[in-house]
Amino acid sequence: MTTSATLRARAEDLASPLPPLLADAQHLAQSVLLGAHGRRRAGQGDEFWQYRPAMVGDEARNVDWRRSGRSDAHFVREKEWQAAQSVLIWVDNARSMSFTSGRNVPQKGDRARLLAMAAAILLIHGGERVGLSGFGLPPRAGPVQLLRLASALGEAEDVPDYGTPEARGMLPRSRALFVSDFLGDMEPVEAALTKAADRGVKGALVQVLDPEEEAFPFDGRTIFESMGGSMRHETLKAGDLRDRYLARLAERKDRLRTLCRVTGWQYECHHTGEPPTPALLWLYRALEHVQ
Amino acid sequence: MFTLFGIGFTTPWLLLGLVALPILWLLLRAVPPAPVRRRFPGVALLLGLSDDDQQSDKTPWWLLLLRTLAVAAVILGFAGPVLNPEPERAGSGPLLVLLDGTWADAGDWPRRMDRAEAVLSEAARQGRTAAVVSLTDLPEGPVPFQAADAWAGRLPSIQPRPWVPQEDAVAEWGGALDGAFETFWLSDGVDRPWRDDLLADLEDHGGVTVFESPRSVTGLRPARFEDGAVQLSALRAAPGPEREIGVTGHGTDPNGIERALVTATLPFAQGATEAEASLSVPPELRNRITRFELDAVRSAAAVSLTDDALQRREVALVAGRDDREGLELLSPTHYLEEALEPTADLIDGAMDDVMQANPDAIILADVAQVSRAEELLEWVEGGGLLVRFAGPRLAASDVSRSEEDPLMPVRLRAGGRSVGGAMSWGEPKGLRDFQEDSPFAGLSVPEDVSVNAQVMAQPDPTLSDRVIASLEDGTPLVTRKRVGEGQIVLFHVSANAEWSTLPLSGLFVQMLERLAVSTRPARPDAADLEGTVWEPDTVLTAFGDLQDAGTLPGIDGAALAEARPGPETPPGLYRGEDRRVSLNVIGAETTLAPTAWPDRIPVEGLDIVRETALKGWLLTLALGLMALDVLAALALAGRLRGPRAGAGAAAALVLALAAVPQPGTAQEIERAETDDPPLALEATTEVVLAHVVTGNDRLDETAHAGLRGLSRTLFQRTSIEPAAPIAVDLETDELAFFPFLYWPVDADQPIPSDEAYAKLNTYLRTGGMILFDTRDADVAGYGASTDTGRKLQRLAGPLDIPPLEPVPEDHVLTRTFYLLQDFPGRYAGADVWVEAAPADAEQVEGMPFRDLNDNVTPVVIGGNDWAAAWAVDDSGSALFPVGRGYAGERQREIAMRFGVNLIMHVLTGNYKSDQVHVPALLDRLGQ
Repeated sequence: MTTSATLRARAEDLASPLPPLLADAQHLAQSVLLGAHGRRRAGQGDEFWQYRPAMVGDEARNVDWRRSGRSDAHFVREKEWQAAQSVLIWVDNARSMSFTSGRNVPQKGDRARLLAMAAAILLIHGGERVGLSGFGLPPRAGPVQLLRLASALGEAEDVPDYGTPEARGMLPRSRALFVSDFLGDMEPVEAALTKAADRGVKGALVQVLDPEEEAFPFDGRTIFESMGGSMRHETLKAGDLRDRYLARLAERKDRLRTLCRVTGWQYECHHTGEPPTPALLWLYRALEHVQ
Repeated sequence: MFTLFGIGFTTPWLLLGLVALPILWLLLRAVPPAPVRRRFPGVALLLGLSDDDQQSDKTPWWLLLLRTLAVAAVILGFAGPVLNPEPERAGSGPLLVLLDGTWADAGDWPRRMDRAEAVLSEAARQGRTAAVVSLTDLPEGPVPFQAADAWAGRLPSIQPRPWVPQEDAVAEWGGALDGAFETFWLSDGVDRPWRDDLLADLEDHGGVTVFESPRSVTGLRPARFEDGAVQLSALRAAPGPEREIGVTGHGTDPNGIERALVTATLPFAQGATEAEASLSVPPELRNRITRFELDAVRSAAAVSLTDDALQRREVALVAGRDDREGLELLSPTHYLEEALEPTADLIDGAMDDVMQANPDAIILADVAQVSRAEELLEWVEGGGLLVRFAGPRLAASDVSRSEEDPLMPVRLRAGGRSVGGAMSWGEPKGLRDFQEDSPFAGLSVPEDVSVNAQVMAQPDPTLSDRVIASLEDGTPLVTRKRVGEGQIVLFHVSANAEWSTLPLSGLFVQMLERLAVSTRPARPDAADLEGTVWEPDTVLTAFGDLQDAGTLPGIDGAALAEARPGPETPPGLYRGEDRRVSLNVIGAETTLAPTAWPDRIPVEGLDIVRETALKGWLLTLALGLMALDVLAALALAGRLRGPRAGAGAAAALVLALAAVPQPGTAQEIERAETDDPPLALEATTEVVLAHVVTGNDRLDETAHAGLRGLSRTLFQRTSIEPAAPIAVDLETDELAFFPFLYWPVDADQPIPSDEAYAKLNTYLRTGGMILFDTRDADVAGYGASTDTGRKLQRLAGPLDIPPLEPVPEDHVLTRTFYLLQDFPGRYAGADVWVEAAPADAEQVEGMPFRDLNDNVTPVVIGGNDWAAAWAVDDSGSALFPVGRGYAGERQREIAMRFGVNLIMHVLTGNYKSDQVHVPALLDRLGQ
């Protein structure tokens, strides 16, 4: 039934995450003080980087005569390399991300999109090119890209219970950001990270978890189901499972951390019960430090 | 009734349901608690984990037990269990229920009545006739056997009496019984001399069953005053274990409020029937005690009224001369002291000191001139007793010679007389017998009393009324005058033995007693009370309560002295002329002994077990178990802890709350307690307009909004800055805080109570103003033409409202702030009525206004629905339309101005009215 009313309702439904996500992300991004975002190495750019003694091979026009006049040697003025970097973002939009444990705790997916979007804003303000991994939205610069990102992040249709990282379409030596709960199968994650490492892509991996997933505060006879219902597990005493569950979760985190260390990525676990700013700050540093 | 283990069941077949319990057990056991479904992404990590034990897929045994018990309780409950079912009593023929009906019954009277009722209802079931007879209230003629249920209805009218049955009356009644009947005797447990005879009489007619309370009967003897302390003793009928019983002395405190003044404990030793204690009490306190009561015993025997016997009056002795030291027997006060010492507290000293002590009586022995006479007279008028004795000094003085001295009962002739002395003819005179109306009536005059000198009273018209004792020749010996509450008595002889032998005789002491100068330590005997009449003042009920005696007839003193409590002489306090005598249930010699019934008579205790229906208890138990089950099920399913525990906890809370009975009025009380101070504060920290709560919510809201609008307008335009208006409940709130009350009249509002009207009248008298608004636009002038008009007439009926008139042109209300000539509200044009100007108000030459009444009119009455015109909402916009367009807004403005004028009038009074004098004042100042 596609009457105008339902159409409009669906359209509004669709449109609703965009402005808040963008606005929230802008707001969050404001909290990170943003200076000029250089490569911290000499190269093409506008900003002064350093003076170095002229060496054989330097063209005469490159010599900075003002600086050289104050000493006996010749100096070459170098600018900071400001070539834009491409950052590819993958945000898990699987059903497991729509879990939330309470009214005051946002969905994991919302938090993940918020973090990714805020990071994108920071990056784009810094002059980088940002896009989504895969072939949907190739990295571009400029504010318009933010709108495209927001729109693309909101899309979700016919998604599986657990997401698999999208490692296709990665430019060599670019950077990447994966945000997910990483509760599903670990094989695709390993495969994606390995593939990225092969291409010289480094980046950050943020695991977003709900406080309840950390605490497992259940008891009594319980049937646990995955968000899509594809998996279920029945127990008679949920309380007895807690320790084993927590051990498995710790093991999962450890595995992710190890994987990141091996591939040169950085790992962070973020809980939706906490404010997003620290995570963003960590993310900002993490993406910046990638050389 | 089917009985099992001492428990009867009204519908025993329901017990078959208990058979189903094991089946239920199996069924419940098979059904484990329902699982909770949870969406949880972490399930991926759970896959492959298995439970440690498999036990909890079955319901735990304790939950099963809980549920089974609940179901069992329901089944048992509906089977109608009765604890201690009464066995049916067989019997036929008439049944006589005999009650002793004495004070000893009073302690457990309701239980006796219950027992009697049970017996009667049983007799009614068996179709027997019955009669209820109280031995203290024996019926005339034969025993009135009637249908048993007819008697059951009349049981409450049978009350115990504070005396015991008269022996001869009981014997006569017992002898006159005829016919065959069974007797059910509710005995009071005290042995009486007639009991055996009556029992024999009753047994002649049929079987006798006796019921007796196992409680021992306890009584309090009259308090005695011995060895400077109050001696109390209690007795009990049956010797029992060691026990302590408290006793309290009641009396009025100096403010006249009845309260417990002293307490003591009477210890019964093991096996003793009497307990004693002595209580040392200061005289001031002791004189205030009116009765002693045993604590926790509800019977006339537990109350002992004290009379004058316990009281010692304070008597001040003032002698005219005290110069002949050593001659004690000649001292004017020696015999008085001797006579009064045992029974009164004496105060010696000069007049000044004596007056400070405020004694009950002052005796002046041969004192002619009294210092501080005015003060003394005032004291006499306040109830004091002034007794004066003559003597040489009084005889030689000019006191009360030509005019009657206020402190003397009669005028005296100069010099006095002396008879039978060495220098005179005649014999010393004896005393004449006392007359009937004299306070000394009934006292026997000893032969050896003679008088040889006296002061003589001047013959006056009032003399004969004042003589209360005279000599043989008719000359007055004692005269008395009543002054205010008190009296002045003059003995025409001296207080020592110089002039007469009266002070040497026993008569002297008795006369002082009769005059209530002194009080007797012990109970008066017949001779003491001969010739007096005593009126019952308060009487005791069998339950030990004090009652006003009402119109009971007076009793002859001699009879009273011998009286035992009975129908003619109920126990209580009897008042003579100036004395009081108490008649108590337990006298000084009364003994109590337990009854001894022959072995053939079955005696049952009163505290037999009563039928108790257990249904309610069992069903409550079942409900409680089910509530527990809910909690247990929630806990088992993990819903009391962890996520979404809120719902479970809320359910538990609801259960807990449902189990606790909620006092309905708690909130209101709380409100009343906590709200009062704020109301007073709120109303007094700032000027506040108030409206009367009518009970019509809409009307009250409009009134509130109207006053809000008026308050705002006042705030904006004038120096009056009112706070938010307050709704006033006439019944509960204090009105004194409010200068102005707006009272919209609603046809349905309740008429205030008398207390509220009293408050309103005080309010109007002390400067408050009420604006009555009938809101009917006064469509037909003043009268009863509209509902609200009629209601106004009824509301205002009990109020102190002065004569009214329509607001005259020059009324101060027209110019307190704005100059106004009409007073519209939402409606315009009708008259507004205020207090009428005085009839003599005239316009002074050259003044624009008449000099009208000075006061603020207490009421303003109109029907223009002002509140609606004033009403604004929180944002300040008008709530109701007034008129049309601009003219309407103008009308609203005028209505507002009327409100401003009105409040100004209330708060400034006649200030504006007084402005009419300004030209004259200026003129006088020469400006």
